[in-house]
Amino acid sequence: MRDFDTIVIGAGHNGLVCATQLARAGQRVLVLEAHGEAGGLARAREFHKGFKAPVAPSSHHFSPTVARALGLEQHGLKLAPPAPFTALAGDGTAPRVVRGETLAGASVEDAAAWPEFRARLQRFADALEPSWHKTMPRIAKGPVKSLLPLGQVGLRLRRLGKEDMREFLRVFSLPMRDLVDEHFEDEALKALLAWDGLIGSRMAPRSPNNAVLMMLYRMASQSHCAGTSLIHALGSAASAAGVTLETNAPVAKILVAADSKGQQAAGVRLASGEEISAEQVISSADPQTTFVKLLGVQHLEVGFSNRIGRLRCNGLVAKLNIALDGEPNFDGLESAQGRLLFAPSLDAIEFAFDASKYGEYSEQPVLEACVPTLETPELAPAGQHVLSAHVMFAPHALRAGWDEAAKADLAARALAVMERSAPGLREQMLGHELLSPVDLEQHYGVTGGHWHHTEFALDQALMMRPTYEAAQYESPVAGLWLCGAGCHPAGDLTGMAGYNAAQEVLA
Amino acid sequence: MKRYDAIVIGAGHNGLSAAAYLAKAGMEVLVVEKNDYIGGAAVSRELHDGWTYSNCSYVCSMLRQAIHRDLDLSRHGLMLVPYLGTISYGLNGEVMLGYHDEGAAHNELKRFSPHDADAMHRFEADMNRYSQFIRKTLMRTPPDPVAPKIRDIHELLFLGKQFWNLGEREIYEYIRFFTMSASEFLDDYFEHYLVKASMATPGIIGTALGVESPGSAYILLHHVMGDVDGSIGAWGLARGGMGAISHALASAFQSFGGEIRREAPVAQVLVQHGRANGVVLENGDEIYANVVVSNLDAKRTFTKIMDPKDLPPGIVKKAENYKIRGSSGKVNIALSGLPKFINVPDNRYINRGGQAFIGSMETLERAYDCWKRGRWSDDPFIESVIPSAWDPTVAPPGGHWMSNFIQYCPPELEDGPWTPEKRDAFGKTVIDKIERHAPGFSDLIEHMEVRTPYEIEQEVGLTEGNIFQGELTIDQLLFNRPFPGYAQYRMPVKNLYMCGSSTHPGGGVSATCGANAAREILMDLKRPNTVPEDDCYDE
Repeated sequence: MRDFDTIVIGAGHNGLVCATQLARAGQRVLVLEAHGEAGGLARAREFHKGFKAPVAPSSHHFSPTVARALGLEQHGLKLAPPAPFTALAGDGTAPRVVRGETLAGASVEDAAAWPEFRARLQRFADALEPSWHKTMPRIAKGPVKSLLPLGQVGLRLRRLGKEDMREFLRVFSLPMRDLVDEHFEDEALKALLAWDGLIGSRMAPRSPNNAVLMMLYRMASQSHCAGTSLIHALGSAASAAGVTLETNAPVAKILVAADSKGQQAAGVRLASGEEISAEQVISSADPQTTFVKLLGVQHLEVGFSNRIGRLRCNGLVAKLNIALDGEPNFDGLESAQGRLLFAPSLDAIEFAFDASKYGEYSEQPVLEACVPTLETPELAPAGQHVLSAHVMFAPHALRAGWDEAAKADLAARALAVMERSAPGLREQMLGHELLSPVDLEQHYGVTGGHWHHTEFALDQALMMRPTYEAAQYESPVAGLWLCGAGCHPAGDLTGMAGYNAAQEVLA
Repeated sequence: MKRYDAIVIGAGHNGLSAAAYLAKAGMEVLVVEKNDYIGGAAVSRELHDGWTYSNCSYVCSMLRQAIHRDLDLSRHGLMLVPYLGTISYGLNGEVMLGYHDEGAAHNELKRFSPHDADAMHRFEADMNRYSQFIRKTLMRTPPDPVAPKIRDIHELLFLGKQFWNLGEREIYEYIRFFTMSASEFLDDYFEHYLVKASMATPGIIGTALGVESPGSAYILLHHVMGDVDGSIGAWGLARGGMGAISHALASAFQSFGGEIRREAPVAQVLVQHGRANGVVLENGDEIYANVVVSNLDAKRTFTKIMDPKDLPPGIVKKAENYKIRGSSGKVNIALSGLPKFINVPDNRYINRGGQAFIGSMETLERAYDCWKRGRWSDDPFIESVIPSAWDPTVAPPGGHWMSNFIQYCPPELEDGPWTPEKRDAFGKTVIDKIERHAPGFSDLIEHMEVRTPYEIEQEVGLTEGNIFQGELTIDQLLFNRPFPGYAQYRMPVKNLYMCGSSTHPGGGVSATCGANAAREILMDLKRPNTVPEDDCYDE
């Protein structure tokens, strides 16, 4: 039987980050990936002959701390400043463009309100930033010293001054709508500013409690790189560190040895039947897959497995990839650089969300798109392009079920929305593919097709992510750890969950 | 000219409770009220010959026992009668009875789902535990965590310790509870749609959130942490209508020498040398006092009766951003007889309990979707009670009065403001829904009063008709209520205080905000404090 110090399940970016760090600390690490290629949701997948696209075409929040710690620059990763984010209202008005500290296309009043608004949120995000890189304390159980990370955040917030701290304690739970309504007039701009608090989640502008926190999380490390280049760099760093990566090696079971002292993870059994032993098993799969499918609830306490069972894991985002015979043109834009938002108002997002509550996809979807071939030309044949869009809201549990007709219908609706700002888009189209959350679940092995593995929300955040008793990356079964997006801090190609988990394993 | 020790603006129940405590401490206190009746939103009014409507609030549960006892409100005529049960109407004529008696309740629930019948005990025990912690904070002034004084540090330590002592599981469940939606929360316990929906309704009452909105679980708790005569979570009626509460408070106030002036709307708070100095009435009368206490909501206080130049910069903006959203309507009906409800055996508990016309979770959520779009739902959630069935003082013999509370009703419609025609159409929607469960209901109607947020605002003076004087979301709770930095009842002008539901602990006929405000005022004046500080039970 083959034996390793550590087996990491899944070669998504978090799995690779975690594995690399452990290997660099001298461990013999095996990464097992179900698919033929590493990369998870950032892995490019051919959807039309010659055209490829990842689910996550680019990373906007990869942690510079993690990049430094792993020396990813030597492996070809370049973290650039954030890409521009553009709102296309589809009504002939000029695009509103946010690029770092600048805002273009907005009214005089809104432009005047922008610098202060942004600066204040950035101060909040900076104050929170270190906490995303730390393991959360085990409240009421752990040693008092484990509370340090929370204390540090408190201290940093306190240092912002009274006024800011009061404001923080008020706004962190605000719905995005209230926050942006307090400062801005223009609907398309408000939708743009609200978007980062909402995308990927079961939230609309009026939903309280999570949105601002999510946005601050995303503002904490603003950077930009292509998803595929991130995966290449991570892959190269991993192999340089001596990590063994095996693809096409789906794990069927996590093996548990039990003795008088309790249970202990002993290794894994692959779908092929091969058993591999290891001192510890670290899963970058989502918590439900890890505990229910791979471990088996018989190894867990009822209360714990119930809590895992009721995590909100149903995705609401469909992926639309379009093959184009040329660069798409958008009204008022010289080039389709960066992220493009097709959501004319807060209400447009809100009302699109409403349908999803009843198991329907939206009449008028809202979507964020980008043209990844502008920075990664190899995703398409020369001169041709890929348009890659996140379409909301598309519930995993569609009442009528996801079939080809439903997918074609949603794709047509999404196209119609984009065409309002890109009149010639349909003529440029060579082919397309829409992946529903059910498809994402099947192709990428994430429960519910949720790219955060489980909803990022206050009740599933910090020391409650995914649930207490597993929030410090260690699970109730000794030697079994988590390192994926289902842990603190959350998803989004940040690498922080994998990084934190490795720190804990090594501690 | 006479100078009072304190003037309270508005004779709502919180204004009266603040006034009563100030007067009890020996202060000379005047309450000025714009209407010709007192009580604000806790009133009993004869709006149709022989029928007395509690035409705003209609049910009592949150009135703190400590205040009830301390001000001896029973001696001042207050008598509370608990509900014995509730009736929930689901889809397709399905009806579920809720019983006060645990065994009976369990048997009834078993008809719907044995699982839920068993889960109910767990649910109630959990709710009870959650409310214990919150209840400890109700009659205490929220500490300021940002610029704490010694007293705040004590208070923070007290709360921190209480919280810590809950233990790991409880803390986790607590935070979840504060942040999740009512729907999500109930999914942990129940499987049957009607059980779930009937438990979810307290999570949306008075609030511009849906059962699916994060944060609605807390509102659910806010509604079940009260008690009637020590029976926790119980709801009940005040004999003679909700006005009985205001009248008992007023009577207590007057017994301490307090004075009430009706039909005396305040135009402005007088400020001199940065200190509140009295009020100017709309008729031009100036009345002076050392302390001014506003029972109006935070938005009204700072945008209607204060001169912006008397206020520090930023406060008006804070008041404008204060979320006080109209989301509820009220239809009060005089009936010539007791309606007969279908699928309610023997009309049981019609005569001694509440009724909830629900449908399902989806009905509730879709009604919220309508609100977002400036419409009312064709199938609204209606919470009703027929108080005359056990309180003979509110309707003539044989006659009945029915209170109907409707969630949701927008403050303004998508096509513009409310008009009398639209208001009546809204009323008709409500009647139609009840008629579906009680054929012949509309023939019994003698008189009805339809109140949209517009009417509630005009008459009672609650901005947008918001029954809580401000949304009960985390950004407006505890030390954030009404605004961060001003949660200790003292307002940015010296000697000016607030005592309405815009302050901690928020809405509901609890009399607590007023009492807490009085405690702070007496503390500032260094007078002996007679306000009970703790209302904890040893449970």
